[in-house]
Amino acid sequence: MSNSTITASPAKDAKPEKAKKPASLWSDAWYDLRRSKVFLFGAALVLLLVIIAAFPWLFSPVNAFDPSTCDLTRARDGLDGTHWFGSDNLGCDTYSRVIYGARVSIIVGVVATIVTSLVGGALGLLAGFFGKWTDVLLSRIAEIFFAIPSILGALLILAVVGRDNAGIGSVVLALSLLAWPLVLRIMRAAVITTKNQDFVLAAKALGAGPIRIMIRHILPNALTPVIVVTTMNLGVFIAAEAALSFLGVGIQSPDISWGLMIADSRNRFLEAPAPLLFPALFLSITVLAFVMLGDAVRDALDPKLR
Amino acid sequence: MQNPSVDTHLLPADTLGTAPLLAVDNLHVEFATRQGVARAVNGVSYALNAGETLAVLGESGSGKSVTAQAIMGILDMPPARIPKGEIRFRGTDLLKLSENARTQIRGQQIAMVFQDALSALNPVFTVGWQIAEMFRVHRGMGKKAAYAKAIELMDRVRIPAARQRVHDYPHQFSGGMRQRIMIAMSIALDPDVLIADEPTTALDVTVQAQIMELLAELQRESNMAMILITHDLGVVADVADKIAVMYGGRIVENAPVHDVYKTPAHPYTKGLLESIPRVDQKGQDLYAIKGLPPNLLDMPTGCAFNPRCPYRQDNCVTDVPPLHEISGTRSSACHYWREVLDGVEG
Repeated sequence: MSNSTITASPAKDAKPEKAKKPASLWSDAWYDLRRSKVFLFGAALVLLLVIIAAFPWLFSPVNAFDPSTCDLTRARDGLDGTHWFGSDNLGCDTYSRVIYGARVSIIVGVVATIVTSLVGGALGLLAGFFGKWTDVLLSRIAEIFFAIPSILGALLILAVVGRDNAGIGSVVLALSLLAWPLVLRIMRAAVITTKNQDFVLAAKALGAGPIRIMIRHILPNALTPVIVVTTMNLGVFIAAEAALSFLGVGIQSPDISWGLMIADSRNRFLEAPAPLLFPALFLSITVLAFVMLGDAVRDALDPKLR
Repeated sequence: MQNPSVDTHLLPADTLGTAPLLAVDNLHVEFATRQGVARAVNGVSYALNAGETLAVLGESGSGKSVTAQAIMGILDMPPARIPKGEIRFRGTDLLKLSENARTQIRGQQIAMVFQDALSALNPVFTVGWQIAEMFRVHRGMGKKAAYAKAIELMDRVRIPAARQRVHDYPHQFSGGMRQRIMIAMSIALDPDVLIADEPTTALDVTVQAQIMELLAELQRESNMAMILITHDLGVVADVADKIAVMYGGRIVENAPVHDVYKTPAHPYTKGLLESIPRVDQKGQDLYAIKGLPPNLLDMPTGCAFNPRCPYRQDNCVTDVPPLHEISGTRSSACHYWREVLDGVEG
């Protein structure tokens, strides 16, 4: 240290400073994340699950959607060389069904999260930025949805919407419809906090118009809490999809969903536990992976927890 | 309305009979609060010509910053309200313009430097991005050209190694350097008027002088008019041409800068000057103006300064003193300005 201060010329000084570059909130967060074991483990699991969801045939020799692969004579068989996780009530291979079931969970989780964050985020930005009647209107609408108990509300929505077109679309709709108000509230609060900061006033004093102030100056500074909720929501939605499918209003046969598989095998659980336990295990691991990811992101982005 | 084709840049600073570049005329600003109406500015008038520096001096709550924010049009309305007054820029009353028209003026013709540059710069963008944004938005420049201009400006405000530091974030700069960046952004579009709201308050004393010098230099180069808002008498002496002292939302004294230091004509100004610590006072108690600044919700009757004034007479409690003209360039809002000027002790 003492050496370098004596010899370093001003020009040389600039170099090492560039190299360490503590930079912005985002690169700080990324720096933290790369060193977080929880994040790396969660991210690896999520990556694996996404690959399974995208290319299930790489992991399973049997196409679970093909009914001819099921053999009723082997219903509720235990684990063996051909049926690694045993077989279910209809003699279908549990392993291949678990693998093929990942897709529904991932799609529902990701799509519902994107819809929720975009809708809630955009409306929260508008409510927080414009205030006055825009805020009153949007916040009151959000509160109406917020007041509906989530499982009951989803059951109701799916009973109405999902009767004729059950499936991924209806489940995503039900989950998004009930979850966007939370994102709106978080975004709105963050925008209001940011709006009153000096740099927004300074931007205005230097001639930035209202839209520019909203998009360029407020949005990037108010995004952190929404990103945290977004990562957390992924796990929550996947669990919710399984719950709805278990209750019989979500994904319907012949589509494959872990929640549905659990529901189908619950009556014969003592006799044949495998077709219930394996989808439940995969569901738990998936939710855990996303929650770990969300936790790590929150730790990295929340300055108060530093 | 004045003839808009008159180019005020070409006029000498003190030409009599021509409209000033910027004129605040009998401006009133009040804030609706739960406790009542706070009258922050009560009839402030001042005028500014190109190339001129006006220092607005006053303590916290005297209305100096609110006046500046009214000129910029960045007051939150409501709760703020401008019941009376005009702000004429090149003869046009800014208060009558649409929000859109005012946005066009902000930054391009009237710009502002804030007190605390760290909180006035956007933390998530590099300083280069923020300076370049001025050129991209208002001059329609491409990214490359705008960055080149940003580096040029950073050089102009004397940031060492501008080319390397253009991609750094605000928190990576020292306080003085940040204020230079803030100044660079505010002069980017060559404004005619620069308002500096306590630009050196958040800085070390050694850096304060450098920043003031930089502002003065930039002003000389471009013939900008400057309003320097401060509570620090030490800062203004070398830079300002004239001083307006504010107290309780009013201007209590107008004067060329050197007259104020030699012969203050208002008891408040006199008190301010006497409370500057001096070397020959060693061992003595420092002088302080007695009492507290006025409560804006409950102003004293008559002269706002009367509860703290050593010259107070009965009529100070009943009559608001008008601005008495002392000479062509001086005025004082004190019934007893003659006594104050002559140095009679109160």
